[in-house]
Amino acid sequence: MSRIKTFNLPDLGEGLTEGEILAWLVKVGDTIELNQPIVEVETAKAAVEIPAKWAGQVQAIHHPEGATVEVGTPIIAIDTDPGAGPLEAPSTTATPSDDLPTPSAASLAAVEVAPAEGMIEPGLIGGAAPGGRTAVLVGYGPRTTAAKRRPRKGAVPAQAEAPVTPAPVAPQPVTPEPVRNGIGGPVTGGLVLAKPPVRKLAKDLGVDLSTLTGSGPLGSITREDVQQAASGSVAAAEPVAVTSTATSAASFGADREQRIPVKGVRKLTAENMSRSAFTAPHVTEFLTVDVTRAMKALERLRGRREWRDVRVSPLLLVAKAVLLAVKRHPMVNSTWAGDEIVVKEYVNLGIAAATERGLIVPNVKDAGRLSLRELADALNGLVQTAKSGRTSPADMSGGTLTITNVGVFGVDTGTPILPPGESAILAFGAVREMPWVHKGKVKARQVTTLGLSFDHRIIDGELGSKFLRDIGDFLADPEAALLAWT
Amino acid sequence: MAKGDPGGTTRSRRAAPRSKKGATGDPELVQLLTPEGERIDSATGPDGTEYRVDFTDEEYRGLYRDLVLVRKLDAEATALQRQGELGLWASLLGQEAAQVGSGRALRTQDMAFPTYREHGVLYCRGIDPIMPLGLFRGVDQGGWDPNEFKFNMYTIVIGAQTLHATGYAMGITMDGKVGTDDGEAAIAYFGDGATSQGDVNEAFVWASVFNAPLVFFCQNNQYAISEPLERQTRVPLYQRAAGFGFPGVRVDGNDVLASYAVTRTALDNARHGQGPSLIEAYTYRMGAHTTSDDPTRYRIASEVESWQAKDPILRVKAFLEKQQIADAAFFAEVDEQARREAVHLRERVLTMPDPEPVTMFDNVYPNGSPLLDEQRAQFNSYMESFEGSAH
Repeated sequence: MSRIKTFNLPDLGEGLTEGEILAWLVKVGDTIELNQPIVEVETAKAAVEIPAKWAGQVQAIHHPEGATVEVGTPIIAIDTDPGAGPLEAPSTTATPSDDLPTPSAASLAAVEVAPAEGMIEPGLIGGAAPGGRTAVLVGYGPRTTAAKRRPRKGAVPAQAEAPVTPAPVAPQPVTPEPVRNGIGGPVTGGLVLAKPPVRKLAKDLGVDLSTLTGSGPLGSITREDVQQAASGSVAAAEPVAVTSTATSAASFGADREQRIPVKGVRKLTAENMSRSAFTAPHVTEFLTVDVTRAMKALERLRGRREWRDVRVSPLLLVAKAVLLAVKRHPMVNSTWAGDEIVVKEYVNLGIAAATERGLIVPNVKDAGRLSLRELADALNGLVQTAKSGRTSPADMSGGTLTITNVGVFGVDTGTPILPPGESAILAFGAVREMPWVHKGKVKARQVTTLGLSFDHRIIDGELGSKFLRDIGDFLADPEAALLAWT
Repeated sequence: MAKGDPGGTTRSRRAAPRSKKGATGDPELVQLLTPEGERIDSATGPDGTEYRVDFTDEEYRGLYRDLVLVRKLDAEATALQRQGELGLWASLLGQEAAQVGSGRALRTQDMAFPTYREHGVLYCRGIDPIMPLGLFRGVDQGGWDPNEFKFNMYTIVIGAQTLHATGYAMGITMDGKVGTDDGEAAIAYFGDGATSQGDVNEAFVWASVFNAPLVFFCQNNQYAISEPLERQTRVPLYQRAAGFGFPGVRVDGNDVLASYAVTRTALDNARHGQGPSLIEAYTYRMGAHTTSDDPTRYRIASEVESWQAKDPILRVKAFLEKQQIADAAFFAEVDEQARREAVHLRERVLTMPDPEPVTMFDNVYPNGSPLLDEQRAQFNSYMESFEGSAH
């Protein structure tokens, strides 16, 4: 047993993990008595004085005042026999805490104490690593950060330099003990176990409980046993077929889970969507529109010579519809700024794009000033840039209103979430041939559903509905809308 | 309510006095030894009962020894907690007289139901003071035999033991062990905070209507952890007994002689079939509620100082000195005995073996149970899966 004893900071109050050293009441070289206050420590619960665990001479103080120390960390070393002459070599005295009771080998709570070299100034006696296990500080669990699990039999050793040949362990079947009745010895013949409601049922049905063999816990008689007996089908209850191997083999643990770090575009998307969803009160409205005329107009457009080299998609018409509708309802192109609403005269039209990096929303700057051809070129360029992963941050900032083209994924519509700072976003669904009433008859028509989410702080139902209706009107009859509005 | 107060008509009923001093400093305190160490021959309780004690010099010295030893062992346990050897400790500092006085008033056949702070009563019952330390170290369940020592296990649930005691006391009556000088009685310990618990009020009702031979011994130490007494009651606690139909008395809980006298009288009344009574031992918890809290966050220093002047041990020492019942050699000898026993306690705590984890399954049922046996077997095979396991 060493004469140098190291005192580790204990858990001073039921589950604490650390404490702050407020003041040392002793210094190196002081002679101290048992239970003499040596240090004042403040924890989350209380500021307390710690009395010395041993009498002797203070050999080392490991942490200055003001330091925050984890529970289980050495804070002071005491020479318990300072009169016995010079100290032995460090290598033979370096077993702090060896005065504590030796923990039983089977102690579950056994913990490896973190090596203490780093804590103690080099060269000081008592500074060597505790190395092996030490007794657990009584309380609620030692520091988990330094805890190492005891090696399991047959487990691959964690440290390569210390290989352990796992001893083969034969699986030991658990032999169930004889059934007992919980408070006494084994159930004997004369005793019939059944709950009072079951006894009542048996009495009502005229079943003699003593003639039955119970299928319940501890051989007790269940409601089903009584009912079977009463209905005459006293055949032995068939064991319930349980595919136990299948069930037990199915693992629902980490080996069948994948963990993906949240970073980059995913992280940004998550932050933006949560922020928007929980700050802007969203309203979503839907409108189903017959776009047959618009599709025909697109065809005519594609047939024109000056549009020959341009990719023309339904999204172009939707974008045009949105831009024209914004002119008629400028309030939808705005930002909620807390104590004021910023209505913008320019429209930076965002287009949500699915890329390999994730969802990005580049925007066409000042889209409202562009001709249809310029708009088409801009949209195409924006999509190409996004697909190739070269979208710049400038392309993605400053958006004022967004279209998300969920139709390309074959779905009808959605309830989009506003990009932060914007007040309206339009979901454009798939264009499908559907039975539709056209001029009094049901005909196959090309139909789509529009979904518009808007910020109700700025846009009331009336404005939102008019805006959506105008987009729908344009898509229903583009030529007429253009004539009427421009 | 002052005389002639025009607004006082609705509060002039005398049945429920609500004097301002009521809950905090009552003049009707039964006291036989003043804080200065002056003996008072006899004191009268609110119902006219005369209280007095007649001790030999040897007995006076014995009480002093009890008080000093109990305080020293308690201080050692607190130090052991601070040194990481106990998970928790509930100190009795300041309440030694209430515990030693009532504990010594118990007769052999009387049964006590403690809280988790009754280390002084435990000591008086002849139980090895190491026992509760095993409990607070987390290596055993306490370990004493409640039937052998007539001292139940520590009860952590606030107030629950008052119901256990009531049931036990009702059992005494059913066994026909009341009505004589060697009849039995029970005593239930609890604190001021527990009086707000439903359990305690139910115990009052049952003990009262069944005339159970039970003494409710409330150590009013002024704080329910951090809640002061005025958040527990609007009348002095001992007056609550009247509403339940049995007598109540407030005693100076820092006066070991008065605590003894009042408890002995209440127990004797109970064993003679007079039914339950409530004792409010007016005292002060000088330390923390447990080692996990910091009383300086909810008490002011001047209040603590005012109670230091009423210390339960200093007044006995002053009395012994004035009456020349004890000399300096005696005091030194007691101090030395206390120091020796504290060191002995420490040595034994440090060598307490950690229990085998599997022993947690023992003592749940006297003869086991299938579910528990299954769990034990599972746990055993789990433990065997570790390298170096002895199994």
